[in-house]
Amino acid sequence: MGYILKERQNQVSVAGNHAETIDCNKASLAGSVSQRACVFCGSRVVLYPIADALHLIHGPIGCAAYTWDIRGSLSSGSQLYRLSFSTDLQERDVIFGGEKKLIAALRELIDLHHPKAAFVYTTCIVGVIGDDVEKICQIVEEEKGIPVIPVQAPGFQGTKKDGYRIACEALFKLIGRINRPTPAHSINILGDFNLAGELWMLVDYYKQIGVNVNCSLTGDGRVEDIGNAHNAALNVVQCSGSMSRLAVMMEEKYGIPWKRVSYFGIEDMSEALYLVARFFNDSDMMEKARNLVRKQFERLMPKLQWYKDKLKGKKAAIYVGGAFKAISLVKALRLIGVQSVIVGSQTGTKEDYDVIRRLCDEGTIIVDDSNPVELSNFVKEKGANIFIGGVKERPIAYKLGLGFCDHNHERKIALSGYDGMLNFAKEIYATAMSPIWKFT
Amino acid sequence: MQQQCLQYGNLRKINNKDMASVIKDKDIKRKCYVSTRNACKLCAPLGACLVFKGIEGCVPMVHGSQGCATYIRRYTISHFREPMDIASSNFSERTTVYGGSRNFITGINNVISQYHPSVMGIASTCLAETIGEDVPALIRDYQDTNCDKKDMPLFVFASTPSYCGSHIDGFHNTVLAAISTLSVKGRQDEHINILPSMVSPADMRHLHEIVDDFGIDGVIFPDYSKSLDNVFTHEYQLIPSGGTPVKDISRMSIAKATIEFGTVFNKGSIRVHYTDHQPTAGEWLKKNCNVPNYQMRLPIGIDASDQFFNTLCEVSGKTLPVKYVEERGRLVDAYVDGHKYVFGKKVMIYGEEDLVLSVVAFCKEIGMEPVLIGSGGHSGRMKKEVLTLYPELESTLKVMDDSDFETMREEAYNVHPDLIIGNSKGYYISRELKVPLIRIGFPIHDRFGGQRLHHICYRGTQELFDRIVNAIMEYKQENSPIGYKYI
Repeated sequence: MGYILKERQNQVSVAGNHAETIDCNKASLAGSVSQRACVFCGSRVVLYPIADALHLIHGPIGCAAYTWDIRGSLSSGSQLYRLSFSTDLQERDVIFGGEKKLIAALRELIDLHHPKAAFVYTTCIVGVIGDDVEKICQIVEEEKGIPVIPVQAPGFQGTKKDGYRIACEALFKLIGRINRPTPAHSINILGDFNLAGELWMLVDYYKQIGVNVNCSLTGDGRVEDIGNAHNAALNVVQCSGSMSRLAVMMEEKYGIPWKRVSYFGIEDMSEALYLVARFFNDSDMMEKARNLVRKQFERLMPKLQWYKDKLKGKKAAIYVGGAFKAISLVKALRLIGVQSVIVGSQTGTKEDYDVIRRLCDEGTIIVDDSNPVELSNFVKEKGANIFIGGVKERPIAYKLGLGFCDHNHERKIALSGYDGMLNFAKEIYATAMSPIWKFT
Repeated sequence: MQQQCLQYGNLRKINNKDMASVIKDKDIKRKCYVSTRNACKLCAPLGACLVFKGIEGCVPMVHGSQGCATYIRRYTISHFREPMDIASSNFSERTTVYGGSRNFITGINNVISQYHPSVMGIASTCLAETIGEDVPALIRDYQDTNCDKKDMPLFVFASTPSYCGSHIDGFHNTVLAAISTLSVKGRQDEHINILPSMVSPADMRHLHEIVDDFGIDGVIFPDYSKSLDNVFTHEYQLIPSGGTPVKDISRMSIAKATIEFGTVFNKGSIRVHYTDHQPTAGEWLKKNCNVPNYQMRLPIGIDASDQFFNTLCEVSGKTLPVKYVEERGRLVDAYVDGHKYVFGKKVMIYGEEDLVLSVVAFCKEIGMEPVLIGSGGHSGRMKKEVLTLYPELESTLKVMDDSDFETMREEAYNVHPDLIIGNSKGYYISRELKVPLIRIGFPIHDRFGGQRLHHICYRGTQELFDRIVNAIMEYKQENSPIGYKYI
C-alpha cells in the first residue's frame, strides 16, 4: 500500500482481530483528490428537498449551477426547489459588497415565487467580503412575513459534515413556529431525502402499523410541516451523519427522544419498524409490524434467494458518503451472497468505523475520505467485482472492468425499504451479469 | 440584463422602500431580473480544467475550497463518463486568513507523489482571488525551493475567478495561459495551429483526421479527444492517455499559421483593473510571435465549413482531399432531400455565445428562422455579431445575452419556437413547451454519448442536420392522430 500518502495512512485500516482504530473526522488533505465536497455542499444537500422554500445561493455562479436539480428527491407538490437561484456575484460586487444585490434578489424572488420560507446560502467569498447576510435576512423576513434563514456555509469553513450541522441549525430555526393537532403516535423521519419516492414507501409502511409521519426532514419537505415538527413523539433518524445534530437539538429543547435507523436492506428496514413499535410500547402496533415484516419477508426471500444463488462469491467495494449507509449496504449485500471487501465513507465517525470493523470479514479494507488512487488500487488488490458508490466513483469501476451500482443522492431508482432491496438486488445482478464484461 | 439592472448598485445604503420600488416597478415589469435563475453558464475553473485535460500528462489543481474541484469533477464525469481527477488545495479557515501557500505546497507535493504529472495546471477560484493569492509567486517559490527535485512538473497557471466571466472565458483564458507559458522562440516552421475552442472529443478527433488527410503537420490545442473519450483501458489511468504534448504546445509560437474557432472568445471577461479584454490565444500568437491568425466561426454549416477548409488549403498550399469533397457533396444532397422539413421552422438556440452564433448561421443556411438566442455569456457582442451577418433578423430575433434559462423560458412563450437547440439544461423548457430539443454542446447529462457528438465541419453538420430533421419528423409522427409510417 505504498501508494497511500503518508498523512493518510491512519485513515486506512484492515478489519481483523488486531485492527487499529481508524483516523477520521478531519479536513481532507490538500492534493489528495478527495471525493468529498465542501461545507456549502453539505448544507445544500440537506436543505435541498424542502420543496416550497426558496433556496438562494449568494455568491458567484458556480455553486448554484452545480447544484441545480441534482438530487433525485421528489416532491408531491411544489417544484420550486428544483430551480436554481443565485446572486451571481460579479467582480464589481465582490469589490463593493454584495448586500444590495442580495436584498434586491431576495425581494424579487419572493415576490415572483411566493415561497413559504427562504434559505440564503453564503458561499466562500461572501464569507470573505463580509456581507451582513444575517441582517438582510432579518429585514426581508420582517418585510415579507416569511422565515428568511441565513445558511452560513462558506466552503472553506470546515468539511461537508460541518455543512450538515449548519443545515440542522437552519432547520431548527423553522421548528416550533406552528402548532397543529398531531396524533399521539406521530414520528418525524429525519435523514430521508425521498430519492425516487423512497419516503413515500416508508410513510406507507409506518401507516400500515398505525404510525403517523408528522414531518419529513427533509425529503418531500414542507416549511409548515417542519414548523410543526416539535409536536411529534419521536425522531427517527436515518443518515445520522447529516441529521443527528438536529435530533439532539430537538431533544434538548423539546424533549423529543431520537433513534438511529436505516431503511436499506430487509434487516434494517424491519428493525426500523420494530423500534418504533417498541418505543410506543403498543402491542397492537408490534403485531402489525410483525405481520408486515412477515408478509414482506415471505414475498421477497424466494426472489432474493434466486439472486443469491446467481451472485454467490461476488465481491463488492463500497464507498459512499455516510458510514451508516455503508453498514446497511454490507448487510444487504450479504443477504444476496455478495461479500464486501472494501468499505469506506466520506464522513464516517470512529463509532461507525468500529461497527464496520466488527461487521466485516477479516481482511476487509476500511477507509475514510479516500481518493481515486487508493480506491483503484484497493479494488485491484481485493479482486472486487462490483463497486457501490456515486458518479465520481463510476469511472474507477468501469475503467477497471467492474460492475457499478449508483447509491448516491442522484439516483433515480428507489433502494430503500423492501421494494428497494429487490431493486438493489436487480441493480447488482444487472451489472454483475452483463455479458459485455467478456470484452473487457 | 447586467447593464439594465445597474440601478441596485447605485443605492448608497439598504433602504427597504427605495429598493422595493426600484426592483418591482422597473425591473420586473421590464422582465429584467437581479437574480440569476437557472444559470445558462458554469464557472470559469470548469473551463480551465477541460483545457488542462487536453494537455498531455497534466493534472489540474484548483486553488480554493475542496468543493470547487469536486463539483467540477461530478459535473464533467456526468457528461464525458471518463475519469476526471482534479486536485484541490483544500482551503480551510486558517488558509483563508493567513494565505494559501502552505496548502498550495502540500497540494503540489501530494499530487506529484500520487500522480507524477509532467504538467500541473493550476486554476484559481473566486476565494483565492478575493483573498489576493499570488499564484505565480507561489509557483516560483515552489520551483526555487525544490529546484533539485527530479520529477518537477511544468506549471501552467490560469486566473479563473468565477465572478469574472463564465466557463468559456475560463477555457479561453487557460488556452492562452498554456500557450504563453510554454511557448518557445525559434524559426518559423511549417506546422499549423488549430484552436478548436470547447468542442466535443469527437470533433477533436475529426480535426486530427482532417489534418492527417491533408497531410498537414497540425497542432490541435487543447486536445481531449482521447483523455475525455478514452478506450477501455483495463486500468484506472491516473493521468488518462491523450492530450496535446507539451512539445507541440511549445512550438505553436513558431507555426506557419493559427486557425481559431470563434468570434466572441473570452471577450466577456473584462476585469475591473483592465482597460480591455484579454487577447485570444490566436491574437496573442500573432502579436507576440508573428504567427498569422485566421479567426472564424465554429465550422458548423456548409458556408462556415467551406471557410475552414478553404483556409486550410490556402495556408497549407494543398488541395481539398476527395473525401471531404464527397462529404460536402453528400451534405448538399441531404440539404436538398431535407430542406422542406426544416424550412421556416422557428428555432430557439442557447449556449456559449460562439456556439450560438455558429448555430444561428447554420440555421439561416438551411432556411430555419432563429427567433430566440440566449447565453449566460455577457461579452455584449452577440447581438452585434448576429445583426451584422443577418440585418434582416433585427425585428424578428430576440437576442438574450447575459441571460438565464428562466428568463429565456418566459420569452419563449412569446416567440413560440418549433424546436430548441442547446445543451441538456434547457430540457425543462422544451418539455414545458412540448417542442423537441436537439442536444448539442456541453453539458449533455440526459442523453448517452454527448462526448461522441460531432458538431463541426461537413460531417458534424451532417449529423446535426439529420438529428434536426429526425426530431421534426418524430414530432410530427408523435403528434399526429394517424400513425404515419412514411413521413
